[in-house]
Parts: sequence; C-alpha cells; structure tokens
Amino acid sequence: MNIGYYPGCALHGSSNDYEQSLRACLGALDVQLQEVKDWICCGATAAHSLNHKLSLALPARNLALAERDGHKELFAPCPLCSMQLLKVQKAIAGNGLRGELAQIVEADLRGDGRVLNLIQIFQNIGLDRLKAAVKTPLTEITAACYYGCLLTRPPDVAHFDDFEQPTSMEAVVAATGAKTVEWSYKTECCGAGMTMANEDTVLDLAYKILSNAAAHGANCLVVACPMCHVNLDMKQEAVNRRYGKKLGMVVYYLSDLVGLAMEISAEQLGIDRHFVTKA
Amino acid sequence: MGALAPTHLQDCYQCGKCTAGCPVAARMDFAPNQLIRLLQLDNSDAALRASAIWECVSCQTCSARCPKSVDCAGVMDVLREFSLDKDKGEVKAAKSQHAVIAFQKAFLDNIRRNGRLAEMELIGLYKADVAWHTGRIGVLFKDAGLAPQLSKRKKLHLLPTKAKDRGVVERIFERCSARRSAHCLGPEKK
Amino acid sequence: MSRIGVFTCWCGENIARTVDVDEVAKRVAELPGVCCSLNYKYMCSDPGQAMVREKIASEKLDGIVVASCSPHMHLKTFRKTAQTAGLNPYLVEMANVREHCSWVHHDKPSATAKAIDIIRLSIAKVCNNVPLKPIQVPVTRRALVIGAGVAGIQAALDIADAGHEVIVVEREPSIGGKMAGLSETFPTLDCSQCILTPRMVEVGQHPRIKLYSYSEVEAVDGFVGNFKIKIRQKARYVDVSKCTGCGDCWSVCPLKKNPSEFDYGMGMRPAIYIPFPQAVPARPVIDKKTCAKLIRNGCGLCEKKCKAGAIDFKDEDRVVEESVGCIVVATGYKLYSIAKVQPKASLSGYGEYGYGKYKDVIDSLQFERLISASGPTGGVFKRPSDGTIPKNVVFISCVGSRDNAKGLPYCSKICCMYTAKHTMLYKHKVHDGQAHVFYMDIRAGGKGYDEFVRRAIEQDGAKYYRGRVSKITQENGKLVVRGADTLTGTPVTIEADLVVLASAMRPSDGVEELAQKLNIGYDEHGFLMESHPKLRPVETNTGGVFIAGACQAPKDIPESVAQASAAASKVQVMLAADELTREPEIAAINEQTCAACYTCLHTCPYHAIERAEVRTGRGVFIKNTARVNAGLCMGCGTCVSVCPSKSADLQGFSEQQIYAMVESLA
Repeated sequence: MNIGYYPGCALHGSSNDYEQSLRACLGALDVQLQEVKDWICCGATAAHSLNHKLSLALPARNLALAERDGHKELFAPCPLCSMQLLKVQKAIAGNGLRGELAQIVEADLRGDGRVLNLIQIFQNIGLDRLKAAVKTPLTEITAACYYGCLLTRPPDVAHFDDFEQPTSMEAVVAATGAKTVEWSYKTECCGAGMTMANEDTVLDLAYKILSNAAAHGANCLVVACPMCHVNLDMKQEAVNRRYGKKLGMVVYYLSDLVGLAMEISAEQLGIDRHFVTKA
Repeated sequence: MGALAPTHLQDCYQCGKCTAGCPVAARMDFAPNQLIRLLQLDNSDAALRASAIWECVSCQTCSARCPKSVDCAGVMDVLREFSLDKDKGEVKAAKSQHAVIAFQKAFLDNIRRNGRLAEMELIGLYKADVAWHTGRIGVLFKDAGLAPQLSKRKKLHLLPTKAKDRGVVERIFERCSARRSAHCLGPEKK
Repeated sequence: MSRIGVFTCWCGENIARTVDVDEVAKRVAELPGVCCSLNYKYMCSDPGQAMVREKIASEKLDGIVVASCSPHMHLKTFRKTAQTAGLNPYLVEMANVREHCSWVHHDKPSATAKAIDIIRLSIAKVCNNVPLKPIQVPVTRRALVIGAGVAGIQAALDIADAGHEVIVVEREPSIGGKMAGLSETFPTLDCSQCILTPRMVEVGQHPRIKLYSYSEVEAVDGFVGNFKIKIRQKARYVDVSKCTGCGDCWSVCPLKKNPSEFDYGMGMRPAIYIPFPQAVPARPVIDKKTCAKLIRNGCGLCEKKCKAGAIDFKDEDRVVEESVGCIVVATGYKLYSIAKVQPKASLSGYGEYGYGKYKDVIDSLQFERLISASGPTGGVFKRPSDGTIPKNVVFISCVGSRDNAKGLPYCSKICCMYTAKHTMLYKHKVHDGQAHVFYMDIRAGGKGYDEFVRRAIEQDGAKYYRGRVSKITQENGKLVVRGADTLTGTPVTIEADLVVLASAMRPSDGVEELAQKLNIGYDEHGFLMESHPKLRPVETNTGGVFIAGACQAPKDIPESVAQASAAASKVQVMLAADELTREPEIAAINEQTCAACYTCLHTCPYHAIERAEVRTGRGVFIKNTARVNAGLCMGCGTCVSVCPSKSADLQGFSEQQIYAMVESLA
C-alpha cells in the first residue's frame, strides 16, 4: 500500500534513526512511503507559541502539497507535526478560513485528507497481519508504552484512543509477543522541544518517566515520537548524572519492535544508532 | 484579550485542575489557574510578564482536563504571542526566560530562511544569542560533547536539505507577520 | 337581548393614573349590549364587590365584565361574587386594563382608547358565554407511594396516619433506601439506621399501609382520582407468609461470595440473603442469577434446612392491580458512575482517577459502609485492597458534579456536608489518621451546617485544600493524588492509603421510563419536573401525581422529609372528599359532527381524549366518535386547532367567542 508521508524536520535531522526504522519496518510490511514533494516545516512549538496565523499556515501548506500529490491519507510519524496538521484541519472545517489560508500558502486547499500517526498505520495494516508477520516473538521485552502528549491530546482534535488510559500502543506491542506494563506516566509530558532551552525541566520530567517505567517492572520504553525519544534516550545519560542513577532503559521506536519481531536486524532498523543500547 | 483567546475566560471557576495536572506548575511564578484569574480581572499586564508562560511545555493536559472546557493551553499561546507583539507594546519578559524565547525565535527564523529546520545553524545561532545576552560564555560549549556523539551516529547534518521553493516560505511568513486580524481559530465558544 | 354590566376599576392609581376611568365608563355605556357601566376605586374590595352584586340584582344582568387587573389575580373573586348574587360564575369576564394597558403605557389618551378596545373584546366574548357547571370527578380515597426510602416512608406514614390507605411499592427487597446504608447523618451524627428503622417498622406494621416490596410499577392507567396501577411483584422464591426470618437458609447457603448490593460491593452476601439485619420485610430473597438450584438444579440446601417449608423454587413474578386516587413518586437517587463506562452518551467518566482500576479508590456510599459499625468490616475501618487501616485518606469533592465536560453541570448539594462528616467519622475511628479534602467551594447552607464543617477543620484536624485533583496513580501500594491549592497557586501532591470520591447524585435507574408511564416531565438529567420551582415544588403538571425527595433534585434528608410531608398534605387535600371539583373550561366534542379521524386523540398532550361510540337508547351502534375525558383535559385547545371538522371546541373560550371578539374591533 502506498501512503503519503510527511517526515517533518526531526526525522530528516537528528532523529533520522526513526526514519530508518520506519522505512525498514514498514517496507517489510509492504507499505511504501511517498514523501510529500518539497514539504516545509510544520512550525512545531515555535509557531503556535509565537504566531498563531503562521501556526495554521505552515501545516496548511503541507496539507495542500499532499493533496496536490494526490494523497488521501498522510502519515506524519512525529506527533508535533500530526497535531499541527490536525489542528489546521479542524480550524478550516466549514468556514471561510480555508480560502484565506489557501491564498496565504499559494496552493489549493481542501483539508479533507486523513492524517495518521504511527500507531494508526499499524492499525490500518491490521493487528492480525502483524501477528502473522512475526517470526520471533519478543518474549524478553517488557515494555512501558509511552504516548507522550500529542498523540492523544487535545482529545477534541486528536480523536485518538482514550486520552486518560490509552491502550492502542499496547495492542501493537502485544502483537509482537512482547509484554507491556501498566504504569503511571503513559501520557505525562517529557518536555518536548525544551531540550536545549530548558534542559532543567526536561531532565526532571524524563527522570520521572524513566524511573516510573522501571519501578513498574518495564525493562524498556516504546515511543512513537522523535522528541520523546531524544529526551528519554539522548538525555538519559544527563538524567543519570544529575540523579545519580544508572537507569539503562532502552527506548525503542514502535517500528523497532515490530521490525525486530519480523527478524529485521537492529542495524537495519537503526537501533544501534540510539544513545542507550542493550548492554 | 478575552475576545482574542479561543475560549470563554468567564467560564473558568478557578477549580485549579489545570494547576494540579501541570507538569511544571511548581516552577511557575503564577500557576495556570492564577494566569487565567489575572486575565479575568483584566490584569493582562501581569500575565504577559509572567515567566510561567515560557515555562509552559504545551503538553495540553490543562485543556484536556478542564471541567469547563476552557482552552488554557490556547491562552498560554496567546499570552506568549502578545508578550512579544511589537504592535501591542512588547513586554519585557522575565530575564530567566530569555533562553526559551531566544530558542523559539531562532527556530522560526531558521525555517523562514531554509523552509525546513537546519539543526546545526539553529544551535549555533541560538547559543550565540544566549551567550551574548546573558554573558554566560559557557553556553557555547555546553553539550559540545554531544556533537561527536551525534556525528558517530550519523545524526549530525552539517549541510541539511533545504526546501526547494524557499520563496513561498518567505512570502508565507511575510503574510503572517502583517498586523493581526481577528483571531481565526474557528467558531468561538458560546 | 344581552344585559351586560361593565365595572371599571381604578386600582387606586395603578389604572386611574394612565387610563381615564370616567371616560371609559362613559364610552362603554354606549356600547351595544351594555346596560350598566360604572367605575370604582377598588373593585375587588368588599364595597366594590357589594356594588357588583347590587347591580346584578337591580339591573337583572346576565353577564358582567370587570375591567381591572389580570384574571390571575381576581377572576375567582368575581366569580364568587357573581355566584353569591345568583349569576352563573362562568358568565363573568375580566378585561385586563392594568397589566395589558395602564402598566405598560404612558400616554393617557392612547391608553384610554386601548382600554376601551380591551373592554369591547370582553363584552363581545361575554355575550357568547354559556353558563357552565364545575365538573365533579369521583375519587378513590387511596394513595400510591412509589419508592420507600426516607421520603417515601415519611409520605406513606403521613397519609396513612391521616386515615387513608396507602400502597407502597419498593423495588429493593427491603425498604429504607440509601439512608439505611449510611453510617451516621449530619449534622447531628445520629446513627442513621437507629433513627430510620423505627419508621421502617412502623411502615411494615401500619394497619393502613399495604407494602409491596421487591416490586415495581408496571403500568399506570387512568387519571387524577382514578388511577389503575399494575404492580409486578418479583419472585422472591421465598413464601413470605410462611417464612419466619430465622436465618437458617442464608447461614447454610454455600455460595457466600456475591458482591453485596447493600454494601456497594465492599462486602459479600450469599445467594439467598437478607440485605441487612433490620430489613423490612425481614424476609430473604434468592438471587436468581447466582443460585445453583435455579440455574442448574443443584444444591437446594436452604430448602432442606428451612423448618417452615418457606422456600419455593417454583415461584414466579406476579402482577396485581390496585386502584388509587393519588400517586407520590419518591424514587430517590443513585450515585454517578465514576468509571469509564457510562449509561448515557452525554456523560463521560473519570479515567484520570482510576476508579475501578485501583481498589482503594472508592465512592462516598462505599465509604459509608466501610466506616459503619454494622458494615462489612465490622466497624473496623479497613481499606479494600489489603485490609490495612489507612493513615492518610484523601476526600475529593465534586466528582461528576459541577463538571460540564463530564456532562453534569449541577451541584449535588450534600457532598460538602457529608465529606466533612466523613473526615470526622474517620478521625473518630483512626485517631492518628489524617484526612485531606480537595474542594472547590463549601456549600453548607442549612441549620448548623457551616458550624459543622468548621468543626471538622478546627477540632478534628481535617486538612482542606482548595483545588481539584488532576490525576491519581498508584506507586508501591500508595495512591499518589495530584491536586492543587489555588489559594497559594501551588500543586499539592498527597500520598494516600485510600481515596474517597464524592460522586454526583443522579436520579435512580429507570426513572425516565416510570415518568413516561405516569405522564410526568423530567429534565435533561432525569430529575422529575415540579410544577413551579418556587411555589409548587412537590406537584407535577399531571393532576394527582406528586413528587418528593431526591428524585426531584439533589437534597439532604431533612429536605426530603419536608418534601414528603408536603406531598402527603397535597394528597390529603385531594382525598379529603369523595369527589374532586375541576374547572369546566375544558374541551368538548360535538359527537354529531365528529368524523372519528382521531387527530385530536393523537395530538392531545394529556392523553385526555378517548375513542367512544354513539349508540341509540337501545344500544344500537350509530357511529364512532372522539370523547373528552373531563377528568384529564386541561383545556389547552390543541384539539380545537387540529380538528378538521370543527367538532372540538373549548367551553368558555369557543371559536364563536373568538370570532366575535375579533369582529368587535373591526
């Protein structure tokens, strides 16, 4: 199956291990990612914090480009991107704003495509098909599924899973044969884009997330967001230093686990490019 | 201010659930419910100067749990935008928050130039700004050890791909910088 | 032909300041049909009324118009006056020249002209009035009380003590309602069962109360004074006439692990059980969902053990009929379901509080059972998960209430008071325990109520934090409660052993279906609608049906009891005589011209029209017709407007009268 693909800046930047994982895993499941031609940044946190109009215009341009490329569904693996796209879709539904934005972004804009996150991609493929594709069940993995903020919130924009007690990621992980744990920080924020500018906050939040996962019996985390991955993986060493711990929690992308279960190698999936790797 | 926020500020009955669920509330000078209260009392000045609006991580927990469906996260966005809006009289935000503001500004400037984020350029210009404004030279070298680590993992892109049509990006920015029209976030509540 | 008298009132300055009453009297005297026209300062006063009576006699009037205030004020007064003077009271009309004229205009000449026009209308109407007689409806002098919680019990006792027979229908195996399960009541901290059970016994033994327990109202037919009720007595599988309540059966029942409904799941009960020791009637019931004999013909130990031979596995539901004149609905409340699954699409649950996920997150009624001296933990306050004694208990107010996002915007009124009570009961049992309360406001408006809450804080050391709770998680056997204190603007995190959620009050299950059977209204939350929120709190818009207690709106025990007595007094008014008098200004159908299309029957909002037959004196069928039930019709006029053959008309406000009024202005 072909699907429109909006990588976003992170996946072409320092989170390109996420893109590698996606291409390897989804490729093996016959999902071809068709990158939107000449996409631009979605604006992420900076746009909605500093310029409301811009925060609508930038993702609107990308929706228009995806439509121009003929995509009815658009896969945005980064939830900051998918939330921006969903927000502008909601904003233009049934009012004159659509025309105004079309003019600003210099492209026709319908806003009627379906924006999907990684979990939804796996749901579209079908959990039964995933189970059937598993060659080695991941019985040694006991994962804490970490959703972060923007996969499920705000609920009236995301309309995805239960925003207080989500279970969609657990269902995908269970299909790989791995175990999941019930824990308390599934949807607590990791600090998102504050990694550089407010490291203090990020380390505090990341520590709470990592240690709660460990306290509830997980031996790793699973994420579907590049920002979460950076804060929990790249910054784990800094967390250890500040709090005097040796957390040793590998942070997998969801596509990593599915890929591993299908016997795609860790190198092919880019897992060896994480900061925290299995000892 | 109330008319330009995507929500009905009068609905807030100060229950504090936003403050209770905010991951960074303990760091804030004004808690989220207090910021809304300041706006209810027409004291937007104090709200715009709060460092709280820059501590906010936009996690949306406040808006998702609010029993009166007040979009507290949206109000934070508006406060941030207004506090820097030259037309409204730029507010000198708390010095402690300079780094966050500088980062967001540098981010937007970066994508205005490149269409997509050029990470190294962003980090370089951001650090230079912070070092210059706070006088802390150490900022330039902080996490410098990460660079070789990223490079080893092929995560460092010295020459990132830019968007081809950067002209349209510049024009989009230009159009969105024009004087603010009525807030267009869809139908206002009630 | 007509001899109409017109009496224009000054109403002091109210009318006379803006309307030239002398001019009015003079001009009105010239109108056709008017043979007497005068004005007076206060028409409703004794001399005013005497004037009217005198003129009726001396001028031989056959109709009068009183031009004064709204008929809502004094129509009854002047009807009585006319009747005393020998004139049929329905030959009286009131022309409203106050609310409709002098009170809303300033210009005297225009107001005067308008007043004359208004009077002209009334004259045209009264010329076409026909004498009417009030309708007498026979009354069955018995009452039905649906629901036997404290409100139902109070109403039943009041009506029965007044000398009328009362049928009481209660859905549960025992009467007593929610109050029977409470530990102690505010503000006196009386033991709840101790003050209620004497009343329960009185109901069980009262010579004029017929109690149908474990029963439900199946169907309601009829109208005020003449209701026919079908009651379904659910099968107990125990013959109550033989059973002595000795308890051998429930001691021997091997299936002891069923969550007890009375204990809200905090304790267990056998398959054959009595809900609590002081139950009225003190007879057990068998749960057909779990009894081994009923499901797969096993066990049967209770039957063997019963010395009275009272166990009857062949028992079946029985439907009985009763006739009553009035109904009191006192179906009480249930707590809002905090967990994710909700009975209505407009409601959502609190996934963030972990109710249903964490055993030690309970609701307020469950707390009552745990702290109760006669509760499932025998008066020792233990927490559900591991039976340890909690040292830190968090109480959260407004769970469900005052929460538009979850679907219940209203305040449940009692939670602030019972939460304060809970902190006190907890402290009295666990001396080294600490109670923490997260609240938004304190609603303590009753007698001694505010002092009661302050006692909880000032004397019993409860810690109150002003703020809602965002999330509850569980770490290492403790419940981490993340709340806020808005007075300091800080988040507050408490590690609790137990969390008690003050859940919203909602109407009982099935109340909407019952309301439809009774033809009474309910609001969007399911609370039954009173006739007028200020002046008629216990009446409904359906004659003969009254409401009392929490089914009408959230309220506490003193208010429920007061409303129950109020409803009982309304019932007593209605049952005071053998007949009810109703105003005759209702619809009537000309059966000669009626085409029996029954459009009226289908549109009547009071179901007051019946199918009937016209027969000769000897019973030979002539035609079908529609017929108005004089006991139910409220005179709204809907049938008149829809009848295609103009057979339906309103007595006292006929189409002919309306046309005459309109033409009088032409």
